[in-house]
Amino acid sequence: MEIVLVGLNHRTAPVEVRERVSFTAEQARKAAEELRSRGILEETLVLSTCNRSEIYGVPPESSHECAPGLSSFLSEFHSVRAEELGLSLYHHYDREAVRHLFRVSAGLDSMLLGEAEILGQVREAYRYAHEYGATGPVLNRLFQGALEVGKRVRSETELGTRPMSVASAGVKLAERVFGKMNERSALVLGAGTISEQVVNQLRDRGIAALLIMNRSRERANELAIRFGGKVVGWGEWETALKVVDVVVSSVASEEPVLRRELLQAAMSARGNRALFLMDLGLPRNIEASAAELYNIYMYNIDDLTEIVEQNRHAREGEVPRAETIVDEHVGKFLSWQASVELVGVVDALRARLREERAAFIHARMDSMNHLSAAERERMESMMDELLEKLLLQPAERLRGEKELRRKIQNVEALRDLFLSNREKP
Amino acid sequence: MKDLFLILTIVAYGSSLALYLRFLGTGREVIGRLGTVLLGLGLIAHYFALLERSRGLHTVPYHDLYGSMSLFGWLLALTYLGLELFHRQRSVGAFVLPFIIVFFVAAHLAPADRLSPAPARGIVFAFHVTLSILAYAAFALSFVFSLIFLGEERLLRSRKLGNVVWRLPPLELLERMSRSSVLVGLVSIGIGTALGFVWVDRLRAQTGYFDPKYVITLLVLLLYALYFQLARTASWRGSRASKLCIFNFFVVVMSFTVVNLYLSQSHRYF
Repeated sequence: MEIVLVGLNHRTAPVEVRERVSFTAEQARKAAEELRSRGILEETLVLSTCNRSEIYGVPPESSHECAPGLSSFLSEFHSVRAEELGLSLYHHYDREAVRHLFRVSAGLDSMLLGEAEILGQVREAYRYAHEYGATGPVLNRLFQGALEVGKRVRSETELGTRPMSVASAGVKLAERVFGKMNERSALVLGAGTISEQVVNQLRDRGIAALLIMNRSRERANELAIRFGGKVVGWGEWETALKVVDVVVSSVASEEPVLRRELLQAAMSARGNRALFLMDLGLPRNIEASAAELYNIYMYNIDDLTEIVEQNRHAREGEVPRAETIVDEHVGKFLSWQASVELVGVVDALRARLREERAAFIHARMDSMNHLSAAERERMESMMDELLEKLLLQPAERLRGEKELRRKIQNVEALRDLFLSNREKP
Repeated sequence: MKDLFLILTIVAYGSSLALYLRFLGTGREVIGRLGTVLLGLGLIAHYFALLERSRGLHTVPYHDLYGSMSLFGWLLALTYLGLELFHRQRSVGAFVLPFIIVFFVAAHLAPADRLSPAPARGIVFAFHVTLSILAYAAFALSFVFSLIFLGEERLLRSRKLGNVVWRLPPLELLERMSRSSVLVGLVSIGIGTALGFVWVDRLRAQTGYFDPKYVITLLVLLLYALYFQLARTASWRGSRASKLCIFNFFVVVMSFTVVNLYLSQSHRYF
């Protein structure tokens, strides 16, 4: 029972290569069926995200032997020349394959350290593969372990808690002031890419109302339709600033769009209710001195970048704790694997000894003619009892072995000494 | 087994503090919940410790300074637990528990000499004192919430967020928690003061009696009522209201120390 992994990710392959070997859900299913029908893998799971394409599998033979076949399959399936993939592909076996998957689901192998999406992608890939029957006992156990690792890392470490993009940092900071966003409203000035990112974050956090203001009304309409917002005419400050709690600004303008006086008047009109300003424009869209106004919380692009940087350092500081959780679960999985193998090896050994016993009795049959059938039966059952007794002690010792490495070594030794290749479980 | 409840209370409060601190650091909900459970157990053990002490000294808990401190700590814990459950926010537990522990330990480590038996003053007096201490505990809580508000706001404005800011309650929730505790305090002090006047009236059969404590209590009541009103208005909401709340608590401390010890005739117990 071995595990093999072949794949590529953002570290080993540029996006031009990654996009050529990515799998849709349907392709993943087809690949799993083909791998099984060709006898390359008995269990298969394809994990394909924008940053990685990986095939996890349990081969019928040695994992090392099947890896080249898997690489060829990957290039053939996607019609990409093998030489193009050659250097980008990595192969991991057994312990390293398990460890790799657990690190992936923990977010330790992600482009954005600790990102949360990968756990959902692993869950989805597993659910899908399980549904169409591509997984079996080994991959089921492996991926359940991976999901558990991901959950533990997210709940027991700070790896995934802090925002890592300017847009999410801004929205999370607004939550530090107002709490949940579902009773809040926001005004978005400008309709560029960065505004879209913030709008996305605000929508994800359940913002109650979204006002969009842009010099080009057409572009504002487009964004409003896409995200379910309402367009406000450019310059209708009094109406907009009076009602909203959050203002996000990313307008191309040489002069500040929101001046201190304007905000001062707006704060008076809104009775000094707290206002959160996110200035993502360059040059800045909001006059810097507005930050001094009572109950105004203002952050520009540099402030948010600095906060993201602080968070990145904090996340990196959490890596050793996350790695410890990964190691713990790798140990658990290998221990399970070894115990399963132990049962298989002991069963195979028992079968082998019974075969030997039957052959031995058959060979000595001529010299045992004086025994009745009942006596022969009794003798056979006594020999079986003896075999069980002989097997009992080593099996218990193997089972009781605390050190995983020794346990695996002992199982290997038993297998090599007593079982032929054909009989190895 | 004499100090059983004393030890149980310290262990429960101490463990609760450790768990609240861990919750603040990790954000693991299960740890926070465990902290709350241990605080609840601490409250129960503290209640029996108070009872044991009062029985041992043949008096009521508020008869001496130390007993009052312990009762204050207990009511502080009780009010906090109520607010935590009401607002579903436990990340400030780590800031409140140290106060509870200090009051409890200071009260119970003090020499427990036999006191002269407390004169039987009746249930009205008992409610007057207990409700007044409850009010002070609630005001102390609003003081802690206001301090956290100002600290968190300063960190948010400085952009140096550190680890804790992401775990603290949002500023608006802290304001709401502060207002809730002030409301508890206002109701308690209002009823407690009224009962005090009823008791004095019965005792002396006259209404013209004057004590500086009345003035400061009235001032405390007015200041917190003002806070409660202003904190809901747009122009005071935020740091101004928190600063007013902190100022008010200093008046409470003045009432408890300078006025009680040097000026009051009828509230000089200790």
